[in-house]
Amino acid sequence: MTEKKQQRHVIERDSLGSLFDVLRHKGFEIVGPTVEDNAICYGSIDSFKDLPVGWTDEQSEGKYRIKKRQDNALFGYVVGPTSWKKFLFPPRIKLWEAKKSQKNFDIVENTDEVPSYAFLNVRACELQAIAIQDKIFLKGDHIDPIYKKRREKTFIIAVNCTEPKGTCFCVSMNTGPRASFGFDLSLTEIIEDEKHYFVVEVGSSKGEKILKGVPHRPVESSEIEQQNKLLEKAEQEMGRVMDTQNIKELLYKNMEHPQWEDVAKRCLSCANCTLVCPTCFCSNVEDVTDLTGDHAQRVRTWDSCFTAEHSYIHGGNIRSSIKSRYRQWMTHKLASWQDQFDSSGCVGCGRCITWCPVGIDITKEVKAIEDIPPADAERE
Amino acid sequence: MNKDSSNDMMPQKFYVDSNREETHDTFTLYLSPEDSSKKFHFEPGQFNMLYGFGVGEVPISISGDTSSPGTLIHTIREVGAVTKALCKLKQGDYVGVRGPFGSSWPVEKAFGKDVVVITGGIGLAPLRPAIYQILAQRNDFRHVVILYGARNPQDILYRKMIVKWRAHLDLQVRVTVDQADKEWYGTVGVVTKLISKARFDPGNTVALVCGPEIMMRFTIKELQKIGIEEEDIYVSMERNMKCAIGFCGHCQYGPKFICKDGPVFSFDQIRDLFRVREI
Amino acid sequence: MKNIKELLSEHEFFKGLSDEQIEIMAGCGSNVHFKKGETVFQQGREANYFFVVRQGSVALDIDGAERGIIRIQTVEDGDILGWSWLIPPHIWNFTAIAAEDTSTTALDGKCLREKCEKDHELGYALLKRFSTVLAKRLEWTRIQLLDVYGAHT
Repeated sequence: MTEKKQQRHVIERDSLGSLFDVLRHKGFEIVGPTVEDNAICYGSIDSFKDLPVGWTDEQSEGKYRIKKRQDNALFGYVVGPTSWKKFLFPPRIKLWEAKKSQKNFDIVENTDEVPSYAFLNVRACELQAIAIQDKIFLKGDHIDPIYKKRREKTFIIAVNCTEPKGTCFCVSMNTGPRASFGFDLSLTEIIEDEKHYFVVEVGSSKGEKILKGVPHRPVESSEIEQQNKLLEKAEQEMGRVMDTQNIKELLYKNMEHPQWEDVAKRCLSCANCTLVCPTCFCSNVEDVTDLTGDHAQRVRTWDSCFTAEHSYIHGGNIRSSIKSRYRQWMTHKLASWQDQFDSSGCVGCGRCITWCPVGIDITKEVKAIEDIPPADAERE
Repeated sequence: MNKDSSNDMMPQKFYVDSNREETHDTFTLYLSPEDSSKKFHFEPGQFNMLYGFGVGEVPISISGDTSSPGTLIHTIREVGAVTKALCKLKQGDYVGVRGPFGSSWPVEKAFGKDVVVITGGIGLAPLRPAIYQILAQRNDFRHVVILYGARNPQDILYRKMIVKWRAHLDLQVRVTVDQADKEWYGTVGVVTKLISKARFDPGNTVALVCGPEIMMRFTIKELQKIGIEEEDIYVSMERNMKCAIGFCGHCQYGPKFICKDGPVFSFDQIRDLFRVREI
Repeated sequence: MKNIKELLSEHEFFKGLSDEQIEIMAGCGSNVHFKKGETVFQQGREANYFFVVRQGSVALDIDGAERGIIRIQTVEDGDILGWSWLIPPHIWNFTAIAAEDTSTTALDGKCLREKCEKDHELGYALLKRFSTVLAKRLEWTRIQLLDVYGAHT
C-alpha cells in the first residue's frame, strides 16, 4: 500500500496536453475517445481537444445517446460502440499474398509495419478484455503474430470510471471499476469546486519514463481520499447485476431451457453484440484473386457466430435456428469460455445490452434461466 | 507449450504426384513436398488444411500410412468449390498444406483387446491410417473387425484394398450397402446390422467409429446396447474450420475446439454434447 | 443331421415357445435349399411361407420399372425371412433371390395361419416375435431412407 502511494502523482488538467506531446515525440500513434457519428468512439487523436470534453453518455438496453455535461470533464462517460480489439485484432487484414508461376505458386507473408499505439482512456473492464484476448492470441498453443506485433508495442493509459452507467456491471464480473493491472499509467479525473486534476498511478517502468516528460507533482492524502471516495461510489452505481456463482454449471445444465425459445423470438441475429463485444474473437478468411487469376490473397476478417454460415459444413448449417445461435453466443461467453481459457469471457462492459437493437439484456437472460425451473429439467 | 506458429499458419508447398479417381465424386491425391528432404510425420486421425490456389482451404483427413512419411495422401470428396478445385488437380500442380492438426485414434489403447472399426462412406478415409497401424502390429490385438457401409456398390471406397483386407485370414471384414442393383451379391442394409454377426467380446473391445454424424449416432447406440463402454468408443467429429489452430472460433463444439481438442474424441468426453441439438 | 424340431428349438427366434408349440411349428416345416440366383419367392404372388435362413444370404428386390431392379435388403444366417404370410392380404411385397447357395427351413404359413386362428396362444406368441422383426426392419429401412452417405449439398 505504501509503495502504491509512492507511485501516485497528480497532473493538473492544464498540463495534460504535454502527455500528448511526449507520446507523439516517442513515436506513438495516440488512439483515444472522440465524438464521431453521435457516439464516443476510439480513433486516432492529436490533442486533448479531440477528446469528448464536456460530453457524457446515457445508456440503457437498446439505447445510446451522448449529451453535454455541466462541466468540462475529459473522461466523463463510459464505453462506446468501439473497443480496443479494433486495433489489436484488426477487422480486416491481409495475411499473405500468393503469385502463380506455371503450376507452382509463391506465398509471401504480410510483413507491413504496424504503428506503436498509445491507448488513452482504457477502462478497467477493457483492461480485462485485453488480458482475455492476450490469453487467446498469445498464451495458447499457437501465437497470433498479428496480435503480438501490435500488442508488444502498445502503451496503455487507463482511466478509472467514476460515473458508471445504465448497462455497466463490472462489479459483478470482478473487473472494475478500479484499474488494478495491465496499464503503464492510470488516470483518475477529479473535479472539485475550482480544482480539476488527475491522480496518476504508475504501472510500469515504461509509464514512469513517459510521466517524466509531463509536469506533475506528488499526490496529497486528501486527493487520494477523494479518489477512493469516487471509486467506492462508482462501485455502488452499477446499472446491472449478474449472479456468476456456478454460472457455468447453470448454463451447461440448461441447454434446452424454454428461455432460449423466448430470446429467439426477440433476437434478430444481427451480430451487433459480437461486433461491440471487446472479447469476441471469431474470424473468417477470404481467398481472393485478381482478374488475371495469377495473384491471390488471403484476408482475415471479423466474423460472428450469429451468421447462418458460421457453422456450415457440406450440406447445411449445424446451427440453423436463431435459438441455437443465441445459445451458442451466451453459453460460450459465460460458460464454455471458462473451460477454454480459465476465465469468463464477459467483462461486464454492458455494450451488448446497449447496442442490441431490440434491447436483449444478457444479465436478464441469465436471471430468467436461474429463476424459472425448466418444465423438463433433466435429473442428474 | 507455446510454439512459433509460422509452420501452422503459412501453407507449405506440395505437388501432385498423381490423382486417382476412387468413385464418381471422390479422388485421392498423392502429394510430395516441394522440398524433397522434408518428411511429413503425422498420427492417424489427424488432418491438414489443403489450399487450392485462389480458391481457398479445406480441412481434409490424412489417409496415408504413418510409416511412409515421404508421400502425403488425401482422399477428397467433391462437395464445394474448394474440394472441386482440388479434385481437378493434375500431376505437377501445386497445393498448399498446413498441418498436421488435431487429436488421433488411440490405437495403443486397443493393445491386447478386440478392436472394431465401424465406418461409413468417406469415413473410411480418416480411419485408414489407423487400420494400417493395426495391420502392421496385428499380433498386438485379439479379434480385429472392420465393418464398412457405403451408399451403393459404386461408392465403395478403396475397393481393391478392402478385397485385400478380406483375404487376411485373421481379419473379419464385412461390407454392406444401403441400396444395390441385381448385380450385387453382397450384403444390403445398414452397417449396424453387421455388428451382431461379427465375433468379438464387447467387454474387452475398443471401437473406432467414423462417418456422417447420423451414422455415428445410430452406431454408438448399437455399440452401447451390446455393452461397450463409452470410454472405449472413439469417434471423429467434424465442424466448420477456417484456421485449424483454435483462433477463428468456427469449429467449437460446446467448449471443445474440434481442431485442437478433436477431431478424435472418446465418447464419454462428448456424451453430453452429442445429445444436444444444433450445438 | 438335426431334425427340424431340433433346429427350431435351438433358434433364438423360437425361444420361449413351449415344446408343444415347437412340435406344431416343426410339423409345418421342411428343409429347403436354394442355389445362388434361384428365386425364393416372387413379388405379387401369394405369401404362404416364411423361412429361417440357416446358412447363406437372400436378397430382397423390388421392381423399379425404368430404374431396374433395386436390391433393398439382404437376409443372412440366422435371420427370419418373410412376414407377409402373417399380415393380410398375404402377398409378397418383394422378390427374394438367393444371393448365395442358401439352406433354409421353410415353414408353411398357410397351415400355420389356420392353426393360429384356432390356437390364440400360438398366434400371440408368433405375432409378438414377428412384430419385433418388423420393428427392426422398419428402423433399418428408415435409416437407409436417410441416405446418410449421400452428398446432400
